[in-house]
Amino acid sequence: MVYYLILILNIVLKSLALIVPLLIGVAYLTLLERKVMASMHQRRGPNVVGFFGMLQAFADGLKLFVKETILPSSANTLIFILAPIITFLISLFVWAVIPFNDNSVFVDINVGVLFILAISSLGVYGIITSGWSSNSKWSFLGSLRSAAQMISYEVSIGIIILCVLLCSGSLNLSEIVESQRKVWYILPLFPLFIMFFISGLAETNRSPFDLPEAEAELVSGYSTEYSAMGFALFFLRRICKYDFDVNYSYYIFSWWLVIAYGIYPFYFCPGLFLVRFKDNCNPFLIYLGKSSFS
Amino acid sequence: MFVENIFFFFFSSLSIIFSFFVIISKNPVHSILSLILVFFNAASLLIILGAEFLAMLFIIVYVGAVAVLFLFVIMMLNVKVTKLTSSIYRYLPISFIFGSIFFFEFFMLFYLDLVSVNTNYLYLFENNFVNEWSTSVVPVSNIVALGQLLYTYFSYLFILSGIILLVSMLGAISLTLHRRNDVKKQFIYKQIERDFSSSIIWKH
Repeated sequence: MVYYLILILNIVLKSLALIVPLLIGVAYLTLLERKVMASMHQRRGPNVVGFFGMLQAFADGLKLFVKETILPSSANTLIFILAPIITFLISLFVWAVIPFNDNSVFVDINVGVLFILAISSLGVYGIITSGWSSNSKWSFLGSLRSAAQMISYEVSIGIIILCVLLCSGSLNLSEIVESQRKVWYILPLFPLFIMFFISGLAETNRSPFDLPEAEAELVSGYSTEYSAMGFALFFLRRICKYDFDVNYSYYIFSWWLVIAYGIYPFYFCPGLFLVRFKDNCNPFLIYLGKSSFS
Repeated sequence: MFVENIFFFFFSSLSIIFSFFVIISKNPVHSILSLILVFFNAASLLIILGAEFLAMLFIIVYVGAVAVLFLFVIMMLNVKVTKLTSSIYRYLPISFIFGSIFFFEFFMLFYLDLVSVNTNYLYLFENNFVNEWSTSVVPVSNIVALGQLLYTYFSYLFILSGIILLVSMLGAISLTLHRRNDVKKQFIYKQIERDFSSSIIWKH
């Protein structure tokens, strides 16, 4: 009995150690996004709450948390409430198979890549059901657009990953990283990396591909009817998923973790810290792409 | 073993409950959602059996593709909520026949023999490809075992199933593709090969 208790406590603590830094990273990712976007617009961005606006994301979260949750009277209540929860949970699930360092991964399964494909194909359900259950034409059309885009770009991501799997000969993410000690896959497979990046942008409905949230036509897509916490969960899911996609590209084309293995001072850094640090370097890459596209 | 049993009963009972919901729920969207949960529980049963590759394929194919199509179609068709009481007894005799056939098959299966999924059955095939000492000491992973069988013994069947999939894909495309003659089309090669001498014609 005590054994099982310790086992469960171990799992809970490990998942907390995974999720809490992830959410804090996401908070600062939104802040960085707003800052970079502001500098592109030649304004200052959030600078009131905290030093350089460091607490802005938390203030926004608190605001959304204490606001009133509005349930549309014609909505399908159960699905309407469940949809954002499911989408957010699924965006957290995929992090379970990501290796953070040598021998430090939450679960080390042989079919890690397939697990990621399977779980990320579930994210479509939250979006379709949210659009359908809110019983509004804008959210329904937005959810259909969003789901169609997610499904179609998952195919291209799957085929790109197949090439990486052919090179590495394993579906285990740790083994994929290990197999890149000789050469990083970004060097021989550079065009694939670019394609993966573009499909990742499309799958998360980011800037050049933000048709599903075309504000002029669809108000704001599938999350039109959501207020307060439901909207916050959708927002978090989007940032989480996009964060994950970029991260995933780092792992399968690994030009970061292998650096961490090779260079002396990084070797002693805890992997979790490194991953979070790297995350907050991502948006510059994204906005480079964004500004070159739009 | 004890924990595995608990998980087995948990997932199997959940799958039975949700398959009931598939049948009895009035709203077709609700029944599709519970069908997805049934698929999930079946996949977790496969994981308990140790066939994680099959479980992941199950989720990717059935939940990620087939059920999404169902959901799309049902949402777009705008099916009305059915009257449950009138239609449930009409299908009773035929469902009884199908159910009895199904249960008979299950009974035969359990009565004869039920072999569990085991990745170590590779020793049965004595071949240069498979019978290595390393694989007989260290258990091979699910994907390696499947790949070794699929690409050696069942390669013909593998290619054949690929051809069947290709044919069905081509059939679906040719069914939905219809060319229209009343639409003006842009022929790029014609535009490119136009030049000054061929575009201006002096008529008299």
